[in-house]
Amino acid sequence: MSSAGAAPPGRFGELRLDGVGRRFAGKDALVELDLTIRAGEFIALLGPSGCGKSTALNCLAGLLPLTTGSIWQDERRIDTLPAEKRGFGMVFQSYALFPHMSVRRNIAFGLQMRKLPRAEVRRRTEEGVRLVQLEEHADKLPGQLSGGQQQRVAIARAVVLEPSLVLMDEPLSNLDAKLRLEMRTEIRRLHQSLGLTTVYVTHDQEEALSLADRLVVLRHGRVQQVGTPEQLHARPVNWHVADFMGFRNLMELEAAHVSGTGVDAEVAVRGEGLTLLGTATAAVSAGDRVVAAVRPEDVLVVEDAGGDNRIAATVEVVEYQGRELAVEVRTAAGRALHLRTERRLAPGDEVALTVERERLLVYPLAPGEQAPAPLVDAVTT
Amino acid sequence: MSLTVERTDPTPTGPRDPGLSHRLAERGIDRTLLLLLPAVLFVALLFVYPFGYGLQLSFAPAEGGPLASYAAFFSDPYQRNTIWITLGLALPAALLNVLASVPIAYKMRGRFRGKRLLTIVLVVPITLGTVLTAQGLLNFLGPAGWFNKAVVGLGLADAPVQLVNNYWGVFFSLVITGFPFAFLLILSYLSGIDPTLEQAAATLGADWTQRFRRITLPLLAPGLATTFCLAFVLAFSVFPSAVLVGNPAGETRVLALAAYQAAYEQYDYSLASAIAMVMGAVELLVIAVVLLWRSRLYAGSTGGKG
Amino acid sequence: MATVVSRPAKRRIVGTPSSWLVWGVVAFFLVNLAGVVGSVLVSSFGTRWFGTWLPEGFTGSWYASAWQEFGLFDVVWVTLQVSLLVVLISVLIGVPASYVLARRDFPGKKIVYFAFLLPILMPPITYGIPLATVLYKYGFAGNASGVVLANLVPSVPFVILTMTPFIEQINPSIESAARMCGAGVRAMFLRVLGPLLVPGILAAAILVLVRTVGMFELTFLTAGPDSQTLVVSLYYAMSAAGIRAQQSVDAMAVIYTSTMLVLLVVALRYVNPTQLVARVKETPAP
Repeated sequence: MSSAGAAPPGRFGELRLDGVGRRFAGKDALVELDLTIRAGEFIALLGPSGCGKSTALNCLAGLLPLTTGSIWQDERRIDTLPAEKRGFGMVFQSYALFPHMSVRRNIAFGLQMRKLPRAEVRRRTEEGVRLVQLEEHADKLPGQLSGGQQQRVAIARAVVLEPSLVLMDEPLSNLDAKLRLEMRTEIRRLHQSLGLTTVYVTHDQEEALSLADRLVVLRHGRVQQVGTPEQLHARPVNWHVADFMGFRNLMELEAAHVSGTGVDAEVAVRGEGLTLLGTATAAVSAGDRVVAAVRPEDVLVVEDAGGDNRIAATVEVVEYQGRELAVEVRTAAGRALHLRTERRLAPGDEVALTVERERLLVYPLAPGEQAPAPLVDAVTT
Repeated sequence: MSLTVERTDPTPTGPRDPGLSHRLAERGIDRTLLLLLPAVLFVALLFVYPFGYGLQLSFAPAEGGPLASYAAFFSDPYQRNTIWITLGLALPAALLNVLASVPIAYKMRGRFRGKRLLTIVLVVPITLGTVLTAQGLLNFLGPAGWFNKAVVGLGLADAPVQLVNNYWGVFFSLVITGFPFAFLLILSYLSGIDPTLEQAAATLGADWTQRFRRITLPLLAPGLATTFCLAFVLAFSVFPSAVLVGNPAGETRVLALAAYQAAYEQYDYSLASAIAMVMGAVELLVIAVVLLWRSRLYAGSTGGKG
Repeated sequence: MATVVSRPAKRRIVGTPSSWLVWGVVAFFLVNLAGVVGSVLVSSFGTRWFGTWLPEGFTGSWYASAWQEFGLFDVVWVTLQVSLLVVLISVLIGVPASYVLARRDFPGKKIVYFAFLLPILMPPITYGIPLATVLYKYGFAGNASGVVLANLVPSVPFVILTMTPFIEQINPSIESAARMCGAGVRAMFLRVLGPLLVPGILAAAILVLVRTVGMFELTFLTAGPDSQTLVVSLYYAMSAAGIRAQQSVDAMAVIYTSTMLVLLVVALRYVNPTQLVARVKETPAP
C-alpha cells in the first residue's frame, strides 16, 4: 500500500459502531446502533424494508453523515472521514457500474484512484477479472452484460482494492431465483478465500442465515437481536423477529399456567378453544397476554386426536412443493395455521395437529403492545 | 468552477459538531447548493430585476397618476381590443393544433417504417421560424400564389381567395409553426402510455372507442393540458407574422405589437411596460385556468417505464 | 405511406375511414408546407414571376445580390458568434444548477424551479421590452453583448429544464460507487459524471443553438445595426419590401432556412425530434 493521503487505512482488528444514529427530516431512521465487527467476520444486517439497514450501511460507508454516535476503526475515529478516504469497498443493489467504461476499466477505476503504479493496476485488474471469471467479457461495456455478470463486475470492482471492509447492499435482489442461489455461493466462496470483512444488507432471512457469521436484525431503526444464525433460527428474541425468521404461525393467547421460572419455563397457553404447552422465552406469569409462535415445519400431522398439544383443523389450501406440501388449515375458532407435511392432504380433510413443547415459543406481550394479526382479520381475509 | 459535494468535516480528530451544519445538511442545505448560485443570480439579474423594473415603470407614467398607463390602455378601445384580438388568434390556433394532433398521434403510435422521416418532416416548420413562414405564406397563399391558382383552376372559387394580410394569414402561420410542436409533444405523451393498459381494457370487453375514451384519454389529459399551455404560449407571443402576413393596423394588431409600438414608435416606455404586464397577466391567467383544470385530473404514472 | 404497418400488432394503419381522414389531413398539411417552403425556394431562383405557375427562367444571381445587399457575411458571422456564446454560457450556468435540482431537496426548491420556468412560459415581448430598457440603461443594448444577454434569458432555463431530467435518470449510486472506489469530488465529476453528462449537454447545446438562431423577438429588441442576427435582418428586409427585389429577400430567406436545416440535421443526429420542443420521458423500446 502506498503512503499517499488517499491510501486505505489498511487492516484493522475491530470496527466499532458506537451509538450510531441517523435522522431524516426529524424522523429516526436508525437509533443507537452499537456493533463491534471483528476482522474477517461476515455480518448480515437483516430486516424488512424501511428498517434502517441501508441507512446503517450508508452511514458506515460514509455516504450519509451520522446524526449521533461515532465509528471507530481500532483506536482511530473514522466517521469524520469522507467516503473516499475510508478505504472500504461497496457493492450496490443496482450494481452502479460506470456505464461508459469497459468491465476492465470499471475494475481498474479504484486502483487508479489510489494512484498505484500502472503495472500493478494492470496486474491486479486482471486478477480481479479472473476472480469473477469474466475474462471473455473484459472489454465489454456493462450494458452488454447480463444481470449476473454485472453483479460479478460490481463485486470484482469492490474486492480488487482489498478493502478493509466490504459493504454489500442487497446485491442479489435484482437477480432471478436461480442466479441468486449461484451468486450466494460465489459470495460465500469469495469470503472464505479472501477473508474480507463483510457487512451485508438483505431483507431475505434465508440469504442472511446462509451467508453470515453473525446477524443483526433491525426493526424501525432499532436493533432487535444480534446473534449467530443458529441463535436467530432457534430463539428469536421477540415475536417480531420470530415473524421475520419464518415463524409463520403467530397466535395471541393467554398464559394459563407456568411451571418453573424465567426463560425455558414450561407455559400452558390458552385461547381460541385451544390449550397448548410451550416454552417461555422470557419471564411469563399466569394471566399474561402472550404470543405463541411456531414454524410451519414444526406443526406435525398426527393420527390420534387425543393427547397433549392437539389442534383439530380443516385443510383449506394445499400447495405442491416437491416432496412436501405446504398446507393452510383452519382451526374451529377460525385461526389459519401453516404447516408442511409429506402426507398427501386434500382440501376439506379433517386433521389432528401437534406441536412439540420446545418448538412452541411463548413471547410475553407488554401491556398495550400490538399483537400479531388478530383472529377477526384472519377470518375476513 | 469549484465543485463540492456533501461531506463531513474532513479533520479526523476532535468531536464533530452535530449542530447547525448538520441540521441544515439534513434539510438539504450544504455547499452543493452553491452550484445553483450562478443560475439564480442570473435569473434574478436578467429576468426578475428587469421584470420588476418594467412593473415599476408601468406604474410611473410621464404624466398622470400611477395607474395612468393602465387607464390609457384600457380606456382606448383600439388598445384594449388587442387583448381580444390576441386571444382570438392564440386560443383557436392552440386548440386546433392540440385537437388535430390527438387522432394523428393516436394513429401513429407504435413503430412503422417511415415514422422517423415523417417526424423529421414535421419538425422542419419549427426550425423555419415565424419570419420565413410569413414569407412563404405571402408567396404561397397570395392572390397569385400556387394555392389560389389551384383553387381557381379546380373551380372551387371564381376569384383568388384573400388569405394573407388578414386574420387568416396569421392564423395559418400559427398552425404551421404550432401544429408540429403540439403533434410531437402529444406523440411522446401517447407513446408514454403503456400499451398493455389498452390491451387489458380490450380483454375486459372494451371496444375501440371505449378504450380511447375511458383509458387513453384520461391518461393523456394531463399531457394534453401541458401541450395546450405550451402551444398557447407559442401562439400568444405572435409578433412578426402579425406584422408580415396579417393586417397590423387592424384585425391582427396583437398585444405584442401594441407594446412594441408604444415603446419604439411612441417612446412611451411606461405604456409599453403596462401593455407587456397586461400581456403577461392575460397569458398566466389562461395557463392558470388550464393547470387548475389539470390538477383535478389523474397525474400519476402512465404505466410506461420511466 | 400506403404500406405503413405497425409492427407489434400487425395492424394496418390504412383501411378504415378514420385512418383515411387522418392521413388526408397529414397529407394536406404536408402539401401546403411544401408549398410554403417551395414557393420561397422557387422564387429565389426565378427571374421574373408574375401570375404564372413557374417563373420565366431560373438564375442564381439573387443569392449574389442578397449576399452583397444585406451584408450577409457580417450577419452570418454575428449570428454564429452570438449563438455560440449563448450556448457556451447557458451550458456553464445551467448544468451545475440542474445537478443541484436533480440531486438535492432543499427548502424553496419549488420556488427556484418556478423562477426557472417563468422565462420559458412568458411571451418574449413581455420581458423583452423591460429587459431591453434595462440593458440600454447599462449600455449593453445595441451591441452583441446585449443580444447575448437577452438570448440567455430563455436559454439558461431551457438548459436547466432539459438537463435536470437527464441527470435524474443517472443512477445516484454511480456517484456513490465512484466515491467508494476512492474517487474524490474532482475525480468523480471529471471521470465519472462528466462523460455520462456529455450526450445530454450536447443535446441541450444543439437545441439552444437552434432556438437562438431562430429567436426573433429578443434579438429584435436588443440588436443594434451591427449586431443583427440573420432572422432579424430578414425581418427588416421583408418589412422594407418594395425597396429590395422580392427575389433577393427570398434568396435571403433560403439562406436562413438552409442554415437552420443544417443545424436541424446535426441536431437530429443527437436528439430525438420530440426533444426539440420539450423533453418528455420516452418509451423504452419494446
